[in-house]
Amino acid sequence: MSAVSSSNWDRRSILRAAVGLAVAVPLAACGGNNGRGAGSGSGTQLTQMFHAYGEAGTEQAVKRYAAAYEKANVTTQWITSADYESKLFATLLTKNAPDVFEFHPQIQMVRSGQVADLSDLVDPVREDFNPADITSHTVDGKVYGIRMIDDPQFFFYRPSLFEKARVKVPETLDELIEAAARLTTGKVKGVYLGNDLHAIVNPLIWSAGADTLDAKNEIAYHTPAVVEGLKKMRKLFASGHLLLGAPTDYWDPSSLSQGLCAIQFCGMWAMPQFQKALGDDLGVFPFPKTADSGKPSVYNGGWSMFVNAKGDHVDAAKEYVKWLWIDQKKDQEDWATSYGFHIPPRSSIAARATRLKSGLPAQGVKLFDEFGHFDNIGWTQAMMSATWDVIADCVREDGDPEAALDKCDRAVNRELKKLFG
Amino acid sequence: MSTTTKAALAPPAPAKTRPARTRRGLRGSRAFNFWLFISPFLLGLIVFIYVPIGWSVYLSFFDARFTVTPSTFIGFDNYTYMLTDPKFVHSLGTFTVFAAFIVPTTWAVSLGLALLVHRLRFLRAFFRSVFFLPTACSYVAASLIWKMSLFSGVRFGLMNTVIGWFGSDDVAWLASPDPPWYWLVIVTARLWLQSGFYMILFLAALQNIPGELYEAAAIDGARRGWQTFRHITLPQLRATSTAVVLLLLIAAYQAFDEFYNLLDKTTWGRPPLVELYYTALGQEQDYGAGSAGAVILTALIVLVTLFQGRLMGFGRGEESK
Repeated sequence: MSAVSSSNWDRRSILRAAVGLAVAVPLAACGGNNGRGAGSGSGTQLTQMFHAYGEAGTEQAVKRYAAAYEKANVTTQWITSADYESKLFATLLTKNAPDVFEFHPQIQMVRSGQVADLSDLVDPVREDFNPADITSHTVDGKVYGIRMIDDPQFFFYRPSLFEKARVKVPETLDELIEAAARLTTGKVKGVYLGNDLHAIVNPLIWSAGADTLDAKNEIAYHTPAVVEGLKKMRKLFASGHLLLGAPTDYWDPSSLSQGLCAIQFCGMWAMPQFQKALGDDLGVFPFPKTADSGKPSVYNGGWSMFVNAKGDHVDAAKEYVKWLWIDQKKDQEDWATSYGFHIPPRSSIAARATRLKSGLPAQGVKLFDEFGHFDNIGWTQAMMSATWDVIADCVREDGDPEAALDKCDRAVNRELKKLFG
Repeated sequence: MSTTTKAALAPPAPAKTRPARTRRGLRGSRAFNFWLFISPFLLGLIVFIYVPIGWSVYLSFFDARFTVTPSTFIGFDNYTYMLTDPKFVHSLGTFTVFAAFIVPTTWAVSLGLALLVHRLRFLRAFFRSVFFLPTACSYVAASLIWKMSLFSGVRFGLMNTVIGWFGSDDVAWLASPDPPWYWLVIVTARLWLQSGFYMILFLAALQNIPGELYEAAAIDGARRGWQTFRHITLPQLRATSTAVVLLLLIAAYQAFDEFYNLLDKTTWGRPPLVELYYTALGQEQDYGAGSAGAVILTALIVLVTLFQGRLMGFGRGEESK
């Protein structure tokens, strides 16, 4: 009996310990995980939030820049999850919201008063910025974000495989589909567009001669050429020549560099990694024209700095952003060219960026200049997610493109009505 | 402290129990003890469950975009929106398909495992642990393993390697809803994670069935195997089965992790919680509509649970056996 009772006792004490742990662990996490714990006392505490860049050294770089700032203690939150925007949106509603964060220009953040007006920071150096990068951050004459880097997105391919399959660089979507077929072998798929294809939605629209929204902020993507493009995309999806279910998504260079595909849609940021893996066996081309009426396109994405207008230290945060992203030109250059390749939005820095002046990087810059489309601040996350549903409905699933676009129209119009009345 | 002296004067007969009671003195009142023991849990329940539920109900009547402290009252608009939103209605359908499949399958698999383990003469503890271990694995971790190594769409994914031996082409398991291979991925992940836990419940119930019943049945001429199982084991497991089905149904309603992690940017395979996550917390940041959806979902769960309880007699104690 004694054995039984003592084992009972053990079980109980273990249970008690387990309950204690279960209570203590989240409490401890609450204490240490709010991103404000690390600073060492004096001065204002600021928190900045970044999504996790894939290139080695980026996290250290961001922390190094922050550590050099003397007027405040800046702590960095490095968000590794895939849905940075959801994390950011949710955190901004809480007390733990970052004072400074990176994101893309989206008008709903301006309308809901979440981002501060940074016009006074930008105005003195306005001329130095790429005008498109100012326009894309402006609402009613006020500038709400400071562009850090411009990231053109286009196709990377391996010329050696093209030569072997006797394929030339595709200039239309039809040619891309044909090239994919000829490049596909037992082990290598023709093209990789990302696992869920969301990255090519905007290029597909632009290359069809359409746009997301027009100048009056009305739907401009619902055109016959876009429908045609979606039908072609479905053909490519179902052909078996598209790489699907890859271990890494489109923004990571692994699929092409590890030989899973011959062409990959990716961004300028990954160019150094591609070059390291493939050497000279690397070329780039823009998203080819979807229909005859269209023109090749490149999405000039990128990241910008914003100040949380509802934070406790708006002025200190603005001062920090001015210091780092306006004044510290050396850091800005380092950020744009030392890890991944990005195009500096300021011409004075772009002029100094020798790494982007020759070879393949220069070709990337040329695509950016020639075919680039910048963000439209009126095109918000909810609208993007509606267009992702279009891809899901009529490319990944065999649905009717018209019906999918109608559904998208309803969602986008609901947003537009809320934002612009 | 004065109570101690009183205790000393007490008559000897109940003295055995008295010291314990009086030691607690005034604090020994039942009401005080009740609140003492209940209050930590009650507080937690109020702060973390009831306040959020109340807040959610409040939000559901407001236009709450990008805020949880809204000011525009819009009545039942959010409810109308959610109930006419094809995505939300579709997600209820997705859930029904999922539940209709996963509940009976998990029930059968865990019962089967329990019967097998129960009949083992040796290594029972070992197999019990082996089947129970996956319960300790997180849904997120399992989903990632399922997605990236077992059911990855490239040629070196485990499943693609296996079907490759039979000369089949690579399958992108999670890319397209046609054929709906993604259900295979989701269901196998959930079976692997869940079955062990319910197996333990069945095992405990099996061990509680008195051996005399089987002896009596054998004397009455019942054949071992199916006949005994059908007429002795299964009826004896009724209370446990009911509980297991109920728990499985609730778990199915709560399904989130594997759907969220396995399926990216789809319009299919989204159970209600995933849909609500995208509505409220994800891209749309529509806390009003999201909350309305949550209230509708809660009402549905309550209804189904009550109905099921009535149907299967859960919670009626002994008589339900």
